[in-house]
Amino acid sequence: MTARWPTVPQDFPRAAAATLKDEGLRVNLTHATTAIRGKRAGVVAEVDDWEDLRDEGAAARDRALRELDARLVQLEASVTAAGGVVHWAPDKAAAQRIVVDLVRATGSDEVIKVKSLLTDELELNPALEEAGVHAQETDLAELIVQLAGDRQSHILVPAIHKNRREIRDVFRERLPGAEDVSDDPAALAEAARRYLRETFLRVPVAISGANAAVAETGTVAVVESEGNGRMCLTLPRTLISVMGIEKVLGTWEDLGTILRLLPRSSTGERMNPYTSLWTGVTPGDGPEEFHLVLVDAGRTNALADPVGRDALRCIRCSACLNVCPVYERTGGGAYESIYPGPIGAILTPQLQGLDTAPTLPWASSLCGACYEVCPVKIDIPKILVHLRGRVTAETDASGKGHGAGAERLAMRSVARVMDSRRAYQAAQRAGRLGLALLERGNGRKGRFPGLKGWTQSRDLPAPEPSFRSWWREREATDGVGDAGEAPR
Amino acid sequence: MGIRASLLITCLVDTLYPDVGRATVTVLERAGVTVDVPMEQTCCGQMHQNAGHPDDATRLMRRTIRAFADADVVVSPSPSCAAQVVEHYPHLAERSGDPGLLREARALAARTRDLSTYLVDDLGVVVTGAPAFPHAVTYHPTCHGLRLLGIGDRPQRLLRHVPGLDLRDLPDATTCCGFGGTFAVTNADVSTAMLDDKLRAVQGTGAAVLAAADSSCLMHLGGGLSRRRSAVRPLHYAEILAGVADRDPRVPAREAAVR
Repeated sequence: MTARWPTVPQDFPRAAAATLKDEGLRVNLTHATTAIRGKRAGVVAEVDDWEDLRDEGAAARDRALRELDARLVQLEASVTAAGGVVHWAPDKAAAQRIVVDLVRATGSDEVIKVKSLLTDELELNPALEEAGVHAQETDLAELIVQLAGDRQSHILVPAIHKNRREIRDVFRERLPGAEDVSDDPAALAEAARRYLRETFLRVPVAISGANAAVAETGTVAVVESEGNGRMCLTLPRTLISVMGIEKVLGTWEDLGTILRLLPRSSTGERMNPYTSLWTGVTPGDGPEEFHLVLVDAGRTNALADPVGRDALRCIRCSACLNVCPVYERTGGGAYESIYPGPIGAILTPQLQGLDTAPTLPWASSLCGACYEVCPVKIDIPKILVHLRGRVTAETDASGKGHGAGAERLAMRSVARVMDSRRAYQAAQRAGRLGLALLERGNGRKGRFPGLKGWTQSRDLPAPEPSFRSWWREREATDGVGDAGEAPR
Repeated sequence: MGIRASLLITCLVDTLYPDVGRATVTVLERAGVTVDVPMEQTCCGQMHQNAGHPDDATRLMRRTIRAFADADVVVSPSPSCAAQVVEHYPHLAERSGDPGLLREARALAARTRDLSTYLVDDLGVVVTGAPAFPHAVTYHPTCHGLRLLGIGDRPQRLLRHVPGLDLRDLPDATTCCGFGGTFAVTNADVSTAMLDDKLRAVQGTGAAVLAAADSSCLMHLGGGLSRRRSAVRPLHYAEILAGVADRDPRVPAREAAVR
């Protein structure tokens, strides 16, 4: 039932060309992102020291990343002391194996899940299904996506691309007991609630992600809006939490900073409805068994890049998606990645390897709206440009890959021309000639394939003598000409 | 000798938008500035940097630093290219590991401004002595000026003091127009979708002129307007400040080369 991601490497321009044609998707996305942008702006404006808070948030995440080795060992000790068990997963396969084995050991062939991006990244649901275990998503939007056999398209609102009539149709067809449901949001929620309540009471194992874990106490945090996560975290006998190693925080104080930044940035709320915090196991209260699976899966590689590593600060709020003009038009699907939008464009290539997502660093106009709203001040445009540099360096080294061939040659020769005044001025004259020829070839733009991307929607400016030729004439007339002037 | 400023004219204005360069000179000279145009300048390297070619960009940065070695203040009509010098040169120089280059890059960054910041902050000029421009104008604040340089509403403040000019609010003004350098070509479909939305907003204002500070974004916006046979005319705000009243802004300035 669960949709897998297409095979790599991703091709953003190709995928975007397809999603851009989906008018319904555009309408749904513009409606949803406009609303959430407005809500966020409103609640952020209420906080006088928001910029200081962002600085604190960035510093809290940086501290943890700088001391990651020590903090993780400390976290393991704290969790173990509180009665939990810590497992280490260097990669996707290891994480899948660990979780499948833990579920098998319980004897259950069903698990309930709290919304978790990491388990999607790890393709945990398909791995569980292959092992004969059904993983039931319980977050309402994740449930919709799972029932529809679809892919999520937003970090926070996985079904943002669907409207309520589309959701009604999915429920009628596939949600037990919802054969006659209307498209009224309350009725849709009620249908999901009835189905999920029964599931919560039946299934003895839950799998969650984690928004953070505090090294000094071993406390794990999950924030959510619906309370379905709280059900998963408290009702089953066994709880398995899967967390990326970068999510660790040093102290409770740092967690406080993040919990103040996250809801305002994410849902545009002052505070999220449910914040679950737990430390190991407590006899007679909640799960009897607690496992924390710490996953690397590319994080250490990202940490090794002094510029790219800032992406690991991300607290998955999705503010950058909601303000991104590219995301708003293409939707999450075009990124072909668990993490779409601006953060996906810098995180996915670093976690999976640049060769698997060579076009994602280019999926941005570098407008900088994402950096402006990021609660932990990730300079996304700077990292995008840095990753573009890494992709082209790999292409240069191997002679193949993204941007190889004619494009590379053109960029290099332009740089050579620009680094010589004489060549530059000659090119200006030749360029005017070229434009004049294009003008005469009016209506036959198909003959100039290099220009096709531009001329599909835009005309080119008409040729004119350069500014410098005018300036030189003026200086000569004034008798204060530029000494050492090269003849044209 | 008075106040001197050296013009970072940018390769795009130099080659394709000479009117914008002439207008910038007019505005500066009217403010009492002696303008100098170092002829060794070519391109600041922004395109190479943003396309993922930092070595080529560094090469052009070295050239630009040399070209402006004697300049007191460097002024550019383009906030985007000014931002390349102010924001990105120090990073590029740091990456090169050359401490001398880093020192020079930082020094050039410290004395580089976009035109509006130079006029408003350095010279204290908001009334530029522009001739009347009795037309409805809407202004698109281009991203790098807004978010990298933080020029705020300085260009709009300058425009508000032009006699007769009716400045109209642009809905979703701070949303990117979709140019993005090579993005316009490598992601042409997304760029075009962004352009469509921006031009719809522009046309909704009923303005006769679309003003902005970056000729690169204006090339994209103007190319789109021309393709749509729109009567809205794209202008750099310096062209308005300098006085373009000799032309009727209700008709496109010139015929486009390629349709």
